Amino acid sequence: MAEATREKKLPVDDKVHTWPHLVRLEFLVALLVFVVLIIWSVSIDAPLEEAANPTRTPNPSKAPWYFLGLQEMLVYFDPWHAGVVLPSLIIVGLMLIPFIDINPKGNGYYCFKDRKYEILTFFLGFHVLWVSMIIIGTFFRGPGWNLFWPWQRWDPHKVVALTNVDLPYLVGFRDYTWSAVFGVVVIGAYFVLFIAGFYWWVLRIKGREFLERWGMVRFMITAVLVALMISLPAKMFLRLVFNVKYILVTPWLNI
Amino acid sequence: MSLFEKIKNDIVENQVWKAIFRHGYEDTPRNRVMMVTANVFLHLHPAKVRRHAIRMRFTWCMGGLTFFMFLVTAVTGVYLMFYYRPVAEYAYSDMKYLEFDMPFGMLMRNMHRWAAHTMVVFVWLHMFRVFLTGSYKPPREFNWIVGVLLLVLTLLLSFTGYLLPWDQLSIWAVTVGSNMARATPLLGNEGPFADLVGANPIYDARAFLFGGGEIGPHTLLRFYILHCIFIPLVASILMIVHFWRIRRDGFSGPPL
Repeated sequence: MAEATREKKLPVDDKVHTWPHLVRLEFLVALLVFVVLIIWSVSIDAPLEEAANPTRTPNPSKAPWYFLGLQEMLVYFDPWHAGVVLPSLIIVGLMLIPFIDINPKGNGYYCFKDRKYEILTFFLGFHVLWVSMIIIGTFFRGPGWNLFWPWQRWDPHKVVALTNVDLPYLVGFRDYTWSAVFGVVVIGAYFVLFIAGFYWWVLRIKGREFLERWGMVRFMITAVLVALMISLPAKMFLRLVFNVKYILVTPWLNI
Repeated sequence: MSLFEKIKNDIVENQVWKAIFRHGYEDTPRNRVMMVTANVFLHLHPAKVRRHAIRMRFTWCMGGLTFFMFLVTAVTGVYLMFYYRPVAEYAYSDMKYLEFDMPFGMLMRNMHRWAAHTMVVFVWLHMFRVFLTGSYKPPREFNWIVGVLLLVLTLLLSFTGYLLPWDQLSIWAVTVGSNMARATPLLGNEGPFADLVGANPIYDARAFLFGGGEIGPHTLLRFYILHCIFIPLVASILMIVHFWRIRRDGFSGPPL
């Protein structure tokens, strides 16, 4: 199909009447979904627990399922970052997609061959990070936000050793000022190395001509957004493998 | 002429019918076009669409179904509003009342909730499909932005509605979800640099959202108004823009 639509000249009879061809389809699909929704609503009741009681906090307290990806991120980052900065950047980043993607191919038709990096990036951000974090938050988190298998009994007294240490401490810094300096250097180095690596990679894959067409502004925005996106699995890796709590520790904020 | 034909002619050839429908009844190309252009709802569509652009493997029907879910929640939501009072003393008992006493109350509530969840999933799938077909590329960049805003509004609609049953599930889910506002840099009392702007527990981003320092009756009223009036209104305006731009920029498929 992609081949057919890529033709420059479109045959005259390519168009069909909206009525009935499209309206009929919309009506039938809406009807089908409506029937499914009614059957679902007749058979499964919406949850209603006991009356609100501000003095009794349930354990675990879970956000609505579509925000559980964000709640799951709170394990790895502080609330100001996981709950405010990163979600805002997700929204801004999504809005910027049409302006940083200058690939003219695949405009209005399926096309995987010429857009594999775009699609892989979206796949990483949406399916791998967003959706899988929601699944972990929904099915694998129990009391104390500890990990439980879905079939495991939730033990509210489960003991989990708190073995996480800050990265500066781990590598030997015992002084607050130098710990903070080290943290800033590590995070700065992450971005500098990431952007440099991204530059080298784009140059190798797409060539200099593409980079010039893409422009420095688009390149930098893309590089920073991708670096921020990768920072989540990077921090997860540091936490799960090396028990790193924070990379940057200051009296004002921790990352 | 058979009896059936005669009855049909009596219906479609009288003055009332012709006053409502500005076009003839016969299945002619002209009438097919008029069906769409002379109908305020259908004229959001162009009179003719590209054959491949309306295939289900291309559209997944997700945009239209998201809108359909919005309509379902709007209709069932109005029904629920008849019996629900956004006051802390009454809200929960009204839920029970709705559940056990109102005709079709439970069904309406179930449909409202499941349609809302479905709408969230559909809007994500719609975004995924639009990405796969590259339908955000010129000239549709702006419509993608409107779409992202609608995605955010869908989540906010669902989130504000989550509080309204006023049960343990709802207040604690909303508490957890809103606690992040407390950590907003500068504007939240637990966020970095809060002391620079003087944010405190009763005067910060979360207090603005809650209408007070803690989740309470004021929050219920605030979320109710956001849920039933403000966000649906904003979302409707953006939907009008969204649909209009689809119409202007071409219904799916490569731009013309």
